[in-house]
Amino acid sequence: MTNIGLILSIAAIIGGLLWLTIRSLSGREVERRIIFLFIGIAVSVPLLFDITFSEKATPIVKGVYDKVDNLPSGSVILISFDYGPSMAPEVEPMSNAFIRHSLAKDHKVIIMGLWATGQSLGASAVENVIKKEFPNKIDGVDYINIGYKAGNQGVLNVIITDFRKMYATDVNGVDLDSVQIFQGIRSLKDMDLMISVGGGFPGIKEWVLFAADPGNIPLAGASAAVSTPLLYPYYPMQLIGLLGGIKGAAEYESEMKKNYPQFADMPTPGIEMMGPQTLAHMVVMAFIVIGNLSFFFAKRRKE
Amino acid sequence: MKKQVPVVITFIVGTVLILSVFFPPAERLGEDFSIFFDIIAVFAFFLGGGNLIRIHTSKIYNKRQDWGFSVVTICGFGLMLMAGLFKLWNPGGIAADVAATGSLFQLMYDWIFNPLGASMYALLAFYVASASYRAFRAKNIDATILLIAAFVILLGRTPLGMYATSWIPESFSIMQIPNLAIWIMVSPNLAGQRAIMIGIALGVVSMSLRLILGVERTYLGVDND
Repeated sequence: MTNIGLILSIAAIIGGLLWLTIRSLSGREVERRIIFLFIGIAVSVPLLFDITFSEKATPIVKGVYDKVDNLPSGSVILISFDYGPSMAPEVEPMSNAFIRHSLAKDHKVIIMGLWATGQSLGASAVENVIKKEFPNKIDGVDYINIGYKAGNQGVLNVIITDFRKMYATDVNGVDLDSVQIFQGIRSLKDMDLMISVGGGFPGIKEWVLFAADPGNIPLAGASAAVSTPLLYPYYPMQLIGLLGGIKGAAEYESEMKKNYPQFADMPTPGIEMMGPQTLAHMVVMAFIVIGNLSFFFAKRRKE
Repeated sequence: MKKQVPVVITFIVGTVLILSVFFPPAERLGEDFSIFFDIIAVFAFFLGGGNLIRIHTSKIYNKRQDWGFSVVTICGFGLMLMAGLFKLWNPGGIAADVAATGSLFQLMYDWIFNPLGASMYALLAFYVASASYRAFRAKNIDATILLIAAFVILLGRTPLGMYATSWIPESFSIMQIPNLAIWIMVSPNLAGQRAIMIGIALGVVSMSLRLILGVERTYLGVDND
């Protein structure tokens, strides 16, 4: 039944695009509402019929995965939630995957944010990922959420020499000096790995300029697809790896599933969203072709 | 006096921050100045909030076009502010995390702000499709090259690119679409981005020097002669 539905939906999309091509060639513009309808269908069909594809990690994603995987147990990983709700559907799968992978390797996780909106998203990650999937991990021992502080890159400028000058407590008001995870940690220089998840300002670029480079601390990035091209100049010297958009998330999730049997049933929003992204890309490409065909035919008619 | 004091402050702070990078004894001072900056940055929230209320109350008072949206904005702002400030329904009380599970703030964040923000961003897909149909035309050679690069990137960001070109032998693997997409990103894109970044950095250095030396005074407002 699912297959019949899927075949009918794809046939409808292809048939519709052919009809639009014929209309365009006869000089009639495609209305904006029709384009919206096609994108709506292209995004909904893979979700309704659960279409997923197999993914293979590219070297830029593998770099981050291998770093988390090869660090000795007990290493300290800082994950910065530098994004808001608008970017969350695209980058949240990455932050959740990093948390899962780090805790599965028994690393210590410090959660913070350079965006005000990041604190609530960090709290959601603690609630939905750590507390549900790792109930034996203890707040303050295995992980901690120190939240958000105003000041953008100014915050990094301070915590690169001393965390406590900026963060006296965690989000629950617990003194950092009294928590086990912060024993022996003075500044960002004591981190074994830092991961900035975001794509705007302040974000990965500020982490490179104000923390990773001056402190010589390993940094990985995970960003929205739209900002990824701007970050390539930092790879591989300043960034050990970079996850770009949903594709990056899907590659990381597939690598986790492949190597850890315990993650066989974990939620994989990255992999699931690759279906809609693939079909939407196809439709966008089809519209570019239709637009160009109608442009050339119109030009020829004028001549 | 109104102009000289800010210029002197800018000169001292700018000079100290530059020295703190190159001159270790000044490092501590640079750190202290960063903390001052972070404290001042908090006041930007008051300024932003005050400005939002001023603009929208004036719009409502004068019943300008779409003033109803301003009512929604003010109500949303006030409600979220109260929920966060007084930690309403927060199971841990006033000392707990503002984003604690079950608090009114986090409930509104999860069930109102989060889906609304995500929906706004998702609308982009529809507009990108419409814009690509109308504007992405191979009008000349430059536009055609851009169009081909866009096609490769679009295909390379999907598993279809891999399936479609997996038959290409390993010795020509660069011609496989995902590898071609990576090449575009790490070669032509990288070169362009680096050039832009170096240009911006040089611009920032020159503008910073102008500010520190008091040549550039537009930040003091229009009355700066």
